[in-house]
Amino acid sequence: MVDVHLWSGLRSLTGGQQVVAVEAKTTGDLLRELVRAHPQLQAPIDAGVSIAIDGRVIATGLTEPIPEGSEVFLMQRLRGG
Amino acid sequence: MALDDRKSDFTFVGTRPNRPDGLDKVTGRAKFGADISAPGMLHGAILRSPHAHARIVKIDTSKAEAHKDVKAVVTRADFSDKVEFKPGLSGEFWNVLENVMASDKALYDGHAVAAVAATSALAARDALKLIEVEYEVLPHVTDVDKAMAPDAPIIREGAADYSVPEGMHPNVVRYHESGHGDVDAGFAEADLVIEDSFATEATHQGYIEPHACMGSLGSDGKGELWCTTQGHWIAQKTCAALLGIETSQLRVTASEIGGGFGGKTTVFIEPVALALSRKANRPVKIVMSRSEVFRATGPTASASMDIKIGMKKDGTITAAQGIFRLQGGAFPGAPGDMTAMCAFAPYNLTNVRQVGYDVMSNRPKQAAYRAPGAPMGAFAVESVLDELCNQLGLDPVDVRLKNAAHEGTKASYGPTYERIGLVETLEAAKAHPHYSAPLKPGQGRGISCGFWFNHGGETSVSLALSEDGSAQVMVGTPDIGGSRASMALMAAEVLGIPYENIRVTVADTATLGYNDVSHGSRVTYASGLATIKAARHAVEQLCARAAASWGIPADAVKWENGCAVPSGPNAGDFDPRPLADITAHMGATGGPISGHFEATPEGAGVSFGTHIVDAEVDPETGKTSITRYTVIQDAGKAIHPTYVEGQYQGGAAQGIGWALNEEYIYGDDGRLQNSIFLDYRIPVASDLPMIDTVIVEVPNPGHPFGVRGVGETGIVPPLAAIANAVSNAAGVRMKQLPMSPPRILAALKDNG
Amino acid sequence: MSKLHVSTTVNGDTVEYLCDPRETLLDCLRDKLNLTGAKEGCGTGDCGACSVTVDGRLVCSCLMLGVEAEGKQIETVEGIADGDILHPLQKKMIEYAALQCGICTPGVLVAAKSLLEKNPNPTEEETRYWLAGNLCRCTGYDKIIRAVMDTAAEMREAS
Repeated sequence: MVDVHLWSGLRSLTGGQQVVAVEAKTTGDLLRELVRAHPQLQAPIDAGVSIAIDGRVIATGLTEPIPEGSEVFLMQRLRGG
Repeated sequence: MALDDRKSDFTFVGTRPNRPDGLDKVTGRAKFGADISAPGMLHGAILRSPHAHARIVKIDTSKAEAHKDVKAVVTRADFSDKVEFKPGLSGEFWNVLENVMASDKALYDGHAVAAVAATSALAARDALKLIEVEYEVLPHVTDVDKAMAPDAPIIREGAADYSVPEGMHPNVVRYHESGHGDVDAGFAEADLVIEDSFATEATHQGYIEPHACMGSLGSDGKGELWCTTQGHWIAQKTCAALLGIETSQLRVTASEIGGGFGGKTTVFIEPVALALSRKANRPVKIVMSRSEVFRATGPTASASMDIKIGMKKDGTITAAQGIFRLQGGAFPGAPGDMTAMCAFAPYNLTNVRQVGYDVMSNRPKQAAYRAPGAPMGAFAVESVLDELCNQLGLDPVDVRLKNAAHEGTKASYGPTYERIGLVETLEAAKAHPHYSAPLKPGQGRGISCGFWFNHGGETSVSLALSEDGSAQVMVGTPDIGGSRASMALMAAEVLGIPYENIRVTVADTATLGYNDVSHGSRVTYASGLATIKAARHAVEQLCARAAASWGIPADAVKWENGCAVPSGPNAGDFDPRPLADITAHMGATGGPISGHFEATPEGAGVSFGTHIVDAEVDPETGKTSITRYTVIQDAGKAIHPTYVEGQYQGGAAQGIGWALNEEYIYGDDGRLQNSIFLDYRIPVASDLPMIDTVIVEVPNPGHPFGVRGVGETGIVPPLAAIANAVSNAAGVRMKQLPMSPPRILAALKDNG
Repeated sequence: MSKLHVSTTVNGDTVEYLCDPRETLLDCLRDKLNLTGAKEGCGTGDCGACSVTVDGRLVCSCLMLGVEAEGKQIETVEGIADGDILHPLQKKMIEYAALQCGICTPGVLVAAKSLLEKNPNPTEEETRYWLAGNLCRCTGYDKIIRAVMDTAAEMREAS
């Protein structure tokens, strides 16, 4: 299981939970399982998210592996200039 | 990638050769956006709304169409009707289309409503006067706080996305909240809490080259587009969607680009030129005037911010909170979330909470501007930190060092930092002679840190070797600041051939795979990583050819100083084979040798900087002079140090403009009052001192040579550093940008 | 509107064009003579990207009408190099990386050349004020000023 830390603004979509535990080996799995656990998370994911694994920010990739025991944060999609 | 695997001794990387496009650029030969023409070419011009907010009742184009010099007129009806409106940024194609050509309403002064193509630029301009538009003028709003008020006119219903709490005005279209710990408990622990409000005005990227393009689109759905852009694949994808054609049928070539800074990451005139061309069946060129650039393209967002920070007497920050309201024009997209996530990122905080709002108003659609969102937040946060240091009698660099984020710190935006270089920049600031230099009466010194995420993005690079041993590299990221030189240096490092023997070209969309825009400080990081990997791919084949010629296994050959050599004494005793020796026979030994790499690199590595500024304020006139400026920033690894310095200096100069002079000024009528460079004053040579730079190198674990992007972070600290210097010089806290002479005089007067 | 015939000299070559009386010298250089080195950054004389000299005097070509060029001697960025030999200013601009995007470079070169012809030994302040009419958004001017002053020093030594 991976503990996914959400940004606090998402608590209203998860019944107050800011950490959601899901079964996921890749970033793609993780997003799919988050929506399965909390369907309302589909909207922020569609609007664009990035995933930080042990501090490394994965901007878009859905195939990045999530090592056992890693720290995982869901973040708003980054935009640059 | 493990840190140990990374290369740390370099032959070419870190040297300062002349750029490959230097000759073209000093002789006037380089072809920028407007430097193109074609047989049969027409000239386009765009009619723009004079109103900040108005319903378009009727557009009558018949007189223009009847004019002998006019070959086509287009309105919104000439674009695709398949692009869908969706809330927030998920309907971005619709937002771009609506910005490119208005539909039912004109949403800001300068919003495009129709366009013509005629036989000359003068004829096109004249023909605009023949188009009759009937407007029903609506109430407008251009200020961010007023746009959120209950009685504000609604820009567009249904634009808010899932994130906006109930009960907010429909102009609030996105909401972000993040942080950790308990800020109330943290404030209770503090010896001093300061709470204050700050505001910044919208500024323009101010690239000297106006938008320019030439489009050609036939009734067969095949098209060609030449344009000045930071990303021709996004131009290709967006134009195709807006015109309802297949992406691959439109070939886009990027011209030399005369500055972008984020403002050329989207399209404005390109789909219009293509729509006019499709109707006229001839190539159409459109070049914006400077006034059009100001009125209708990308300013940054304006901001209104409330900051509260608590500190102990020893300088420890106990809690920090920021509310950031950003206005991004008449469309979703103001980077309130980025402002919130970056504002406190330099610091190791137990209790932090940040809220960002994306608010619409009757202004042009904001576009990215160098670390979009971050400079405003840094201005507000670092101003409060400076005031805390002043009131507690603490050294501003020591306080920042005490609270600085480092490897293992939980970032204000959530995750734990990998190896980062903030502490190194602060230590370099403390040790720099600037920091201990005496100040003259009337001068003040300011310090600020800054943070930016940096970006990777989709990247393709292709590298081909020639028989004579030279190499050509095709990249897809337009070169805004000398990146072709950096790419050639990285390829030279891997191939082991001289820099001069490598030619780097920015390929068009038909000759290379997809590439994300030159933004997010990603070019040297991502295209650089791809160039290194493409070169390594070619080296594998060079080694295989040598192995075959020696009759030994491919893995018994390694690449050293531009030659294939046996990998050890057991591999056999053969003379090294230089690259040119192998390529000379490549046709007969297996065919052409090329390398390529396609991926979305995901290890950009965040970056930090610290700036030191001295400012002098004239109490009679309110005019501020910047007397000394030092930029210290972590580059990870500087591939071409001179161009890294250039990025630091340019970021600082733009920050000086933003802090002291530049602002969008709207009249009560909602019209932009200062749409030329005379009135929108960017820094000129006589405004600035030399800008000193210190390149700190804390390698990025996510890049083979350790590169972190350097383009954007340099504009994050200046607003705050200058505001702190000016506030310390004037003896009054400046809370609103720009700190123009009238504002400084007013502040001095209020202060008695 | 009928067009007017203009005969003038650009970079030493005699040239002729027909222009609308409303067209600027910059329009004529770029659109009629294909000399696209001078750039239009503003069209209001504020940015200096269109700098040329007319009878030796530095002007913004966007502020002068094409018809006013009749009988004049115009020099543009395309005429700065002597064949394949770059002017010392051009060499120093490359060497110092005094350009990033390069759009302001033609105007900066024309203006800086004009400065050094009038004042071979400018101070930093004089250089900054002379070039105050040439906007650069990329460099912060640091490397431009250094390149121009180093060129001046080198040219003084050479002469």
